[in-house]
Amino acid sequence: MRMPLSAAIGLFLTALYFLAAIFADLIAPYGMAEVVGDVWEPISAEHWLGTDSIGRDLLTRMIYGGQTTILIATVATLLSFTTGSILGFTAAVAGGWVDQALSRFVDLMMSIPSLIFALVVLSVMPVSLPVIILVMGLLDATRVFRLSRAVALDITVMDYVEAARLRGEGRGWIIFREILPNALSPLVAEMGLRFIFMVLFISTLSFLGLGVQPPMADWGGIVKENKDGIVWGVPAALVPAVAIATLAISVNLVADWILNRTASLKGGRGG
Amino acid sequence: MKDELNYILARTVAGKQSRRAFLGRAGALGLSAAMANSMLASAVQAAGPVKGGTLIMGLGGGESTNSLDPALAASQVPFHLLRTTGETLVDTTASGELDFRAAEAVESTPDAKTWMFKIRKGIEFHNGKTLTPDDVLMTLQRHADQNSQSGAYGIMQGIESMKVDGDYVAVTLATANADLPYLMSDYHLQMQPGGGMENPADGIGAGCYKVVVDEPGVRHVFEKHANYWDSSRGHYDSVEFVVINDPTARMAALQSGQIHIANRVEPKVAQMLATVPGIQVKNVSGRGHYVFIMHCNTAPFDNKDLRLALKYAIDRQEMVEKILQGYGSVGNDIPINAAYPLFDETLEQRAFDLEKAAFHYKASGHDGSPIVLRTSEVAFPGAVDAAALFQQTAAKAGIPLEIKREPGDGYWSDVWNAQPFCASYWGGRPVQDQMYSTAYLSTADWNDTRFSSAEFDSLLLAARGELDLAKRKGMYGQMARILQDEGGLICPMFNDWIEGVSDKVQGWVADGVQEVMNGLAPQKTWLA
Amino acid sequence: MHPLIRLVARRIALGILLLLAASVLIFAGTEVLPGDVASAILGQGATEKTLANLREALGLDRPAVVRYFEWLGGVLQGDLGTSLTNRRDIATTLAGRMSNTLFLAFWAAVIAVPLAILLGLVAVRYQGRWPDKLISGTTLASISVPEFLLGYIAAFFLAVQFKLLPSVATMHGGMDLGDKLMAIALPVLVLVLTVLGHMMRMTRAAILNVMQSAYIETAELKGLSPFAVIARHALPNAIAPVVNVVMINLAYLVVGVVVVEVVFVYPGMGQYLVDHVAKRDVPVVQACGLIFAAVYIGLNLLADLISIIANPRLRHPK
Repeated sequence: MRMPLSAAIGLFLTALYFLAAIFADLIAPYGMAEVVGDVWEPISAEHWLGTDSIGRDLLTRMIYGGQTTILIATVATLLSFTTGSILGFTAAVAGGWVDQALSRFVDLMMSIPSLIFALVVLSVMPVSLPVIILVMGLLDATRVFRLSRAVALDITVMDYVEAARLRGEGRGWIIFREILPNALSPLVAEMGLRFIFMVLFISTLSFLGLGVQPPMADWGGIVKENKDGIVWGVPAALVPAVAIATLAISVNLVADWILNRTASLKGGRGG
Repeated sequence: MKDELNYILARTVAGKQSRRAFLGRAGALGLSAAMANSMLASAVQAAGPVKGGTLIMGLGGGESTNSLDPALAASQVPFHLLRTTGETLVDTTASGELDFRAAEAVESTPDAKTWMFKIRKGIEFHNGKTLTPDDVLMTLQRHADQNSQSGAYGIMQGIESMKVDGDYVAVTLATANADLPYLMSDYHLQMQPGGGMENPADGIGAGCYKVVVDEPGVRHVFEKHANYWDSSRGHYDSVEFVVINDPTARMAALQSGQIHIANRVEPKVAQMLATVPGIQVKNVSGRGHYVFIMHCNTAPFDNKDLRLALKYAIDRQEMVEKILQGYGSVGNDIPINAAYPLFDETLEQRAFDLEKAAFHYKASGHDGSPIVLRTSEVAFPGAVDAAALFQQTAAKAGIPLEIKREPGDGYWSDVWNAQPFCASYWGGRPVQDQMYSTAYLSTADWNDTRFSSAEFDSLLLAARGELDLAKRKGMYGQMARILQDEGGLICPMFNDWIEGVSDKVQGWVADGVQEVMNGLAPQKTWLA
Repeated sequence: MHPLIRLVARRIALGILLLLAASVLIFAGTEVLPGDVASAILGQGATEKTLANLREALGLDRPAVVRYFEWLGGVLQGDLGTSLTNRRDIATTLAGRMSNTLFLAFWAAVIAVPLAILLGLVAVRYQGRWPDKLISGTTLASISVPEFLLGYIAAFFLAVQFKLLPSVATMHGGMDLGDKLMAIALPVLVLVLTVLGHMMRMTRAAILNVMQSAYIETAELKGLSPFAVIARHALPNAIAPVVNVVMINLAYLVVGVVVVEVVFVYPGMGQYLVDHVAKRDVPVVQACGLIFAAVYIGLNLLADLISIIANPRLRHPK
């Protein structure tokens, strides 16, 4: 099967962003925190994307910002997906009090305003990268739980699951061999979106003091640092926004392509 | 012909026809352009302020938790609300003199210990009652009370006793204070009927406008107080405050004509705002300043050389250019600038000097471990960026700074006045004594640099009772030198007040005691 | 009793327990946070003496457990209490804020939900072709932009440049419905753009997931038009994930729009909660917390019900 053009573009851009993040130290033209020019200088040969709100090179900030943004968002998304979907499937397959306990616990988690949740975590735990990732991953896992439980519930009543149960297959087998493949499409779509939400969430956390420490940057944070320019036509805030959007679209293009492939693997007509 | 000329002149002055139309008509009636012009100018002058209309101010710094109780005011919107609806005994003019309001005169005993305020007659509260010396006394008592929750409690502490004496209210101090009348201009000390003892948050004041709508954190609407005693103030029929905390949203509202005045224009956008047709940027140098504060009693900041090293390692000029975009002036490691009366202008300006910084850093014998500087978006606008700039210049002198961004929530309770090195800001005070007494006296509640100097303390107390202005100025100069050298205050810049004002607003005067004409824009301006 | 009714009854009973648990957690959380309402009110102007005075006046000198049960006692009698910071009746203020929030959320949802599902259906119908790519690309781009930036961009063009709509969405009693709709036009636009992508992508993915099923083939062989097959046969069977994502977004529209409220100066509940959390005004935080918790618990229940009703096998369990 040939890779469609859109998927190729998506894969290329995703890879480009990831590589730029990994090799930031080698390719960044200036130091991350170095003040090299005036405030909001326009695009020039020295500064390909201009300078930011205190005169740092925007391209450099973007490259380093990509590093933290992509790392945190990727790990947090994976964390929220593994916990959320495994617990969601377990609740759906086990049913009864297991389902009730897990579901109501998730209701409770969602009920606590995230501002209070984040502030409490901040006041009792040290602010470090693993803590940030853990908090983001777990908060988001509640949403993934709701979705995967709902999808799995529809599947558990299917004849083929019934058959597997009668065959005496274990819970793990049912979850990973019967439910997961059939629930993959909505889950992969959700994963692509959750990744975007994570990228945006990091900058919210930065504002609360939970996020990355200055002079480190994240893309959402760069948008914030430069937001005042936006009603005056200074494009510095748009650059990171465009980066987030293109990354988001690329990741989702790749996700769509994976979906198509798995659909065809699943048999049926697909393709 | 004369009638017609007068008629069109009146219409022009009232803003009902354009200046150009007037000159055209006047020409047709046989007047020379020069004559018509001078006629118009004098007519506008004579006509004075235009009465009526509604002023809409878009203000940042209001919360849905705000109360109408003057004692509890702390942020900008309550400040403006009190300035608009209330009346204090005295006020401070832009040039730093006393402006008599509810008091029409003040006298003191020669030892500056007892102060007699003569209460003005014929002032009426919004509920129709007349202001009496008893109301004044009870108001002051409420703020000075042992059980007071007032923001002005601190400045009332030096008062030993108060009493009514005919038309006078007499205030007796424990120790002399030549600046006492200035302290009475504090915006919390608004006259309330019965001193507000019964219902402090009823919003009844004696000011120019009265409260009509009070939705904290959203909007406040005021209407002219018909029987206000001072006819030279209060030209609008009504005034509205719209609470717009987001700076960008405030600018958008100003540009799209939904508000006439926006406070707190961010320096970054001020120059761009000035190019927008129909909008003027008003900036006036004030007394507010942005600071980095070190605790003089906590390691490593208990070492004078380390404090000096950090003071030399900050590029004040760059801060003013990058953080304030030139809308401000460089600081000099004291909380006082030329805007204050009795400022000593001979004080030498601290320079940005990496060699001296490196020298003092070496002399301090610091072990080279990172020095943690705490900052937050709420410390002052651009505080995180300012810390990043400081880190860059300090690194050049070999001083390792580590920035820690703290959450805005809880910054004023957990970081400021608690952690040994952080970013903060100070608003201005009417006189030097009050600024120093508030935060630099070793026993002050808000001594946020833990500064303790016996010489400084005794000079401060001596200056209070010194009625000879030249001598007092000399004493303040001496104090400034002590603080500049030994203090824990790094003051990189004094910020201007910057406001965006629609062209329609007339009568604007520069007054930098506090923002937006010291809160007097609703009283002194009018709409053309 | 019908199993569905039994389920609803049990969930509502559990829901009340959950509300109680949430109120304990929110109360405890707010207590754990450094600082209290007295130091927050007095701010930089606080002294030891004034702090102690204010704490006593507000009753904060009593143990937390006592204060919690007093609050609970009040709520059970329908009294939400008064705000500690400005001594206003919470129920009155909250009612106004809540109606504003619901007003905004209602109009955003009325536009966004049907539009998202319709766009999802269109994307499936033209899967892999340009309408699909256009819809996916635009909605993905619009959710990738932080909300406040979307807000500024919308305000810049529609309010500042062309002066079509107001950028300040202040609401007050003297406005009629037309004025109000005009005032919320920009925030609604931004909210629609923010939630559209998520729901549209999920609709698309969930329907694609069932498009390989045998009954779809049967429906196609019956000669139904492709769009009718998708809308009438595929969508009902893909409803569970779609409903869940719709509910998450509806909850977001009620609970999470504080950024949009700030940008457009809209007097909703989000800003109200944030202000009072910052001031540690516990009774107000508790009242808002209860409502937000009820929104989540209620919407989650609704989503579960719709999923069960939509699936015959779940509706009639063996």
